[in-house]
Amino acid sequence: MSAVTTLDPAINLDTGYNFAYLDERTKRMIRRAILKAVAIPGYQVPFGSREMPLPYGWGTGGIQVTASIIGRHDVLKVIDQGADDTVNAVNIRRFFQRTTGVVTTERTVEATLIQTRHRIPETPLQENQIIVYQVPIPEPLAKLEPREAETKKMHGLSEYGLMHVKLYEDIAKFGYIATTYDYPVMVDDRYLMAPSPIPKFDNPKMNMNPALQLFGAGREKRIYAIPPYTKVESLAFDDHPFEVQRWQQHCALCGAKESFLDEVITDDQGGRMFLCSDTDFCQERRGEVASTAALVERPLSGSV
Amino acid sequence: MSDIDQPILSVKNLTKRFGDRIAVNDASFDLWQGEVLAIVGESGSGKTTLLNCASARMTPDVGQVSFRTRHEGVVDVYKLSEAARRLLSRTDWGYVHQNPADGLRMDVSAGANVGERLMALGERHYGRIRNEAAQWLSRVEMQQDRIDESPQTFSGGMRQRLQIARNLVTRPRLVFMDEPTSGLDVSVQAKLLDLLRTLTHQLDLASIIVTHDLAVARLLAHRMLVMKDGCIVEQGLTDQVLDDPQHPYTQLLVSSVLLP
Repeated sequence: MSAVTTLDPAINLDTGYNFAYLDERTKRMIRRAILKAVAIPGYQVPFGSREMPLPYGWGTGGIQVTASIIGRHDVLKVIDQGADDTVNAVNIRRFFQRTTGVVTTERTVEATLIQTRHRIPETPLQENQIIVYQVPIPEPLAKLEPREAETKKMHGLSEYGLMHVKLYEDIAKFGYIATTYDYPVMVDDRYLMAPSPIPKFDNPKMNMNPALQLFGAGREKRIYAIPPYTKVESLAFDDHPFEVQRWQQHCALCGAKESFLDEVITDDQGGRMFLCSDTDFCQERRGEVASTAALVERPLSGSV
Repeated sequence: MSDIDQPILSVKNLTKRFGDRIAVNDASFDLWQGEVLAIVGESGSGKTTLLNCASARMTPDVGQVSFRTRHEGVVDVYKLSEAARRLLSRTDWGYVHQNPADGLRMDVSAGANVGERLMALGERHYGRIRNEAAQWLSRVEMQQDRIDESPQTFSGGMRQRLQIARNLVTRPRLVFMDEPTSGLDVSVQAKLLDLLRTLTHQLDLASIIVTHDLAVARLLAHRMLVMKDGCIVEQGLTDQVLDDPQHPYTQLLVSSVLLP
């Protein structure tokens, strides 16, 4: 069975909707926002976010971005926390299968368009790929400065000292920078940006990435972008430099040392195992083709 | 005339209206390096509005505010770009609010509060920021071991000290204070006033203090302005104004102070 699953349009396509659900004017409006976002890396462009057939927090922003750039010949991959088979990923993939009929895949290398929640694939992205992030809170300063008029001004004038106050607090409280996800970055030495809740492990992958990176926040109605080969720097102090997570363990299935590991509790006796969070990466390493069958067999719990 | 002979802050013909109501009417004054100026008057007389207009927190309708900067000579504050004005107000200026919660970040530690201005200026060395914060805590007579505590846990007097430390960490030359001691009880007030007097003297600070308490003016200020209904009705050396008030309103003000 091939990893690429082609749908039979006659059976599965929802013909009552426009291609990719959104109407063409909405798509054009979103594309204009995306173009502006690409032109000003890291700048949050407001857009007229539409009501989507799923709740805020489920990726309405990411879906709208994907819907407005997807074409009939795109190959779509959807991941949630690195996995292709979790609720959010399965539902969004099915949504696009039914409204566009495009080919979907679980393999990073085959995809031209990847929508993601909370991870960047371990397999390095290529120039012909676009990755779309689902963003809950686009404003990195939101928790520190509640006035939005003020945060806009701070972005406009590049007044970003406040972000370091947050990192200072971490060190004062924990002895190290304890922020592990949504770790703030400077894009192209100009705009402070929230990279969405990806682990800081993934932050270095954003830097000089050959793929186009788009970010959509549905509830907050913001789109921002990192064009290919753009400098993305994680904030830090001189005496407390930026560091990514490391594990003592290897992946229990593929033995990977350098990937982001999930800890899985296997019983109530303290049994646990560490697995790659990126399921496609793990399967490729095990020499298995990422087919649906292989996914069902993947042990999520039970005996080790 | 060299730079040093010019006032550090000069306010000329400043007027601020709120609709038909005139809050400050044609106010002018000069402030010199190292000088403490008190603005006194009853509540509603326009003291705070005048302070806000002078400190670029509120744009006046008419008038000019010029400041003698460290390197670029005298500048018109309202002709600067907004970026430059904001930079000025967090480096060379300080602003102490009546309610410390307005001037502090109540949800971050004391150390971070003091260090914020340093980080805003590009300091990126945690150890140095922390040392500097600790030093400033001792200078405002706070215990250094409370550096990691939240201002939520501090008393009113300590919060006010922290707010002062937070403002002084960038060695400003001009500090605006809006009723800095009025929320505090009398003994804490006395200690804080003593601290302010020491610091302004040590750092050669110019400052403008808005107060309705003539005792505060007497203790801290070299000169004072008396305001009534938006107008400056009298100004002069503190002792002169308080001991020999000329304007009927000032005479009323001075005579209405109760002596224990």
